[in-house]
Amino acid sequence: MTVQIWTYIIVVATFTLYIGIAIWARAGSTKEFYVAGGGVSPLANGLATAADWMSAASFLGMAGLISFNGYDGSVYLMGWTGGYVLLALLLAPYLRKFGKFTVPDFIGDRYYSNIARTVAVICALIVSFTYVAGQMRGVGLVFSRFLEVDINTGVFIGMIIVLFYAVLGGMKGITYTQVAQYCVLIFAFMVPAIFISIQMTGNPIPQLGMGGKVTGESVYLLDKLDGLSTDLGFAAYTDGSKSMIDVFFITAALMVGTAGLPHVIVRFFTVPKVKDARKSAGYALLFIAILYTTAPAISVFARTNLIDTVSEKEYSEMPAWFSKWETTGLITFDDKNSDGKIQYVADETVNELTVDPDIMVLANPEIARLPNWVIALVAAGGLAAALSTAAGLLLVISTSVSHDLIKKQLKPDISDKNELIAARLSAVVAVVIAGYFGINPPDFVAATVALAFGLAAASFFPAIILGIFDKRMNKEGAIAGMVVGILSMLFYMLKFKFQWFGGGTEAEWWFGISPEGFGTVAMLINFIFSIIISKFTPPPPEEVQEIVENIRIPSNAGDATH
Amino acid sequence: MLHILLIIAMEKHKKYWRENLKYLAILLAIWFLVSYVFGIILVEQLNTIRLGGFKLGFWFAQQGSIYVFVILIFVYVRLMNKLDKKYGYDT
Repeated sequence: MTVQIWTYIIVVATFTLYIGIAIWARAGSTKEFYVAGGGVSPLANGLATAADWMSAASFLGMAGLISFNGYDGSVYLMGWTGGYVLLALLLAPYLRKFGKFTVPDFIGDRYYSNIARTVAVICALIVSFTYVAGQMRGVGLVFSRFLEVDINTGVFIGMIIVLFYAVLGGMKGITYTQVAQYCVLIFAFMVPAIFISIQMTGNPIPQLGMGGKVTGESVYLLDKLDGLSTDLGFAAYTDGSKSMIDVFFITAALMVGTAGLPHVIVRFFTVPKVKDARKSAGYALLFIAILYTTAPAISVFARTNLIDTVSEKEYSEMPAWFSKWETTGLITFDDKNSDGKIQYVADETVNELTVDPDIMVLANPEIARLPNWVIALVAAGGLAAALSTAAGLLLVISTSVSHDLIKKQLKPDISDKNELIAARLSAVVAVVIAGYFGINPPDFVAATVALAFGLAAASFFPAIILGIFDKRMNKEGAIAGMVVGILSMLFYMLKFKFQWFGGGTEAEWWFGISPEGFGTVAMLINFIFSIIISKFTPPPPEEVQEIVENIRIPSNAGDATH
Repeated sequence: MLHILLIIAMEKHKKYWRENLKYLAILLAIWFLVSYVFGIILVEQLNTIRLGGFKLGFWFAQQGSIYVFVILIFVYVRLMNKLDKKYGYDT
C-alpha cells in the first residue's frame, strides 16, 4: 500500500477515536467545561498535560531545529522540560489549593482588582493566540504533504475536528481526547526513532544509540557527525555557535515561560487534591521526557543521514522523497556550479541546497527508507500533537472570555447555563480566528512559539510567584509589573523580529541577547517593578493576606469554584 | 484558650512553610546545577570528559539534565507527602 492510503487509514481511524471520546465526555455544566469536573486522576492528568504541552513545535519542529543547530538546540530541550520543575515546586500545588478556574481568576482575586484581572486576560489572549498560530501551520503542513490536499482544506478539516470536541466537551472532552492523543503521538514518535537507531547503531534505545558507535565502523556516531559538519564548514555538531549568555537567557525564558503558560497551568485545576497536582506534574514531565530525550537522538540520526544521502551526490539520483518535498518548496536545490551534484556546505555563495528544518521529522522515516505505514504513523502523530495543543489553547481563550470577562465583570448574574453557552460561542469564535492564522501562517513553527514563552515569562510568572511567596505584594506592584513586563517584551520582539521602532540587527541586541532570550530580561524587569512599587504603596487587605496563608497549607483543598 | 490554640496553629503553619522553603531551595539548587552550570556555563570544561560516545557537557545539555528534572519532581512529591503527614496537613 502507498504512503497516502496508509495515511488516510490511520488519520481517519485516530480522528474517529477522538470524536467518539468527545461524544462520550460531553460537558453538562461550566465546572465540567472549565475544569473537567475537578475529578481527573493524576495519571490521566499527566498524560493529558503531556499532550496539551507537546505541540506541533515539539513533535514536528524541535528535532529538526536541533538537527540544524546541534548543541544550540539544547535551549529547547532544557527550557521546555526544566519549566516543569518550576511548575511542580512553585506554582501547581498552590494554585490547586486556591481552587479557581483560570489564571486571571487567581490574579484578580489575589490582587483584589478587576484591572489586574483584565490585564491578565489580555496577557492570556496574546500568549494563546501567538501559540495557536504555530499549531495551525503544523496541521496544514501534514495535510498538504501526506494527504495531498490543499493546505487551506487541511486547516479547515483540523478546525472542524477541534471545534467538535472542544465545543462539545470543553475541558472534560479535551482531557480524555488528549490522553488518547498522547498515546498516538508518542507511539508515532518512538517507532521510527527505534527503527533508525537499530539501523544506524544497532541499539534499540535511541537515547543510548545516539552515544553509540556507527554500525560496522569503529567511530562514535557523534564524532562522525562532528567530522562531517566541520568538513562542510558548519560548526561542530556538539559545539554550537550561539554565545553562552544567549543560550543561558533563552533557556531561562523557555523554562519560566513554560511555568507561566495558562493552558498548562489550568490542567492542574482538574485534579482532586493538592498532592495530586504535585504528582501529576511529575507524571507529565515523565511522559514529556520520553519524547524530549528521544528528539535529540533523532536529530543526530537525521542530520547524519541527510548529509550522507545528499552531499556530493548526483541530483538525478536523489530518492523519491527529495522531489516530493521539492514540490512543496521546503527543499530547494540550485545547481550553482552546474556540475549536476549537490554541494551542501555552510558557505552561502557555494551552497546549493536549502532544507526547511520543519520537515526533518516528517522526512526522516523516508530518508531512512522505513516502511510506508511508519511514515503514515508519523503524519498522524503530528496531527495529534497539533490538535491537542490547539484544543487546550482554544479552551483558555474561550474561558477567558466567558468566565473572566463576562461572568466576573460584565454580567455577574449570568446563569450557569448561559455561561456555558457563552463559553461554547467564544470557543467557536476562537476556532475561526485560529483557522485564519492557519491559512495565513506566520513563518517558522518553533520560532513563533518561542516568542509566546517570552510573553508568558514576562507577564504571568512573576505575578503568580509573588502572589504566593510574597504576602506583602499588592495590586499596584503586580499590575505595574505585568504591564511593564509584557510591553518591554513586545517592544523588543517587534523591534528586532519585525523591524518596528527603527528595527535593529543582531549586532545591536542588548548584551547580545536575542528576542527569544529577552523574556528572561522582561521577567526580571517585571519582578523589579513589582517589588519596588509595592514597597511604596499600601499593603493588601487583611483578608487577602489570609488567602495567601491559606494556599500555603495543602489540606482541605475544596473543589474548584466560581 | 482559643487565642493560645490559634497561636499554636500559626506557629505550626510557619514551621511547615519554612521546611517547605528549605526543600525548595535544595531542589532548585540541583535544578540550576545540572542545567545552567553543567549544561551551559561549564559545558566546554565538561566536554573534555567523555561518557562513551558523548562529551559530558553535551550529554548534560541534551539528556542528563532532563533525567534529573524528572527525578527532582518525584523526590519533591515524596518529601512533601511526608511533610504533610508530619504536620497533619494530609487530609
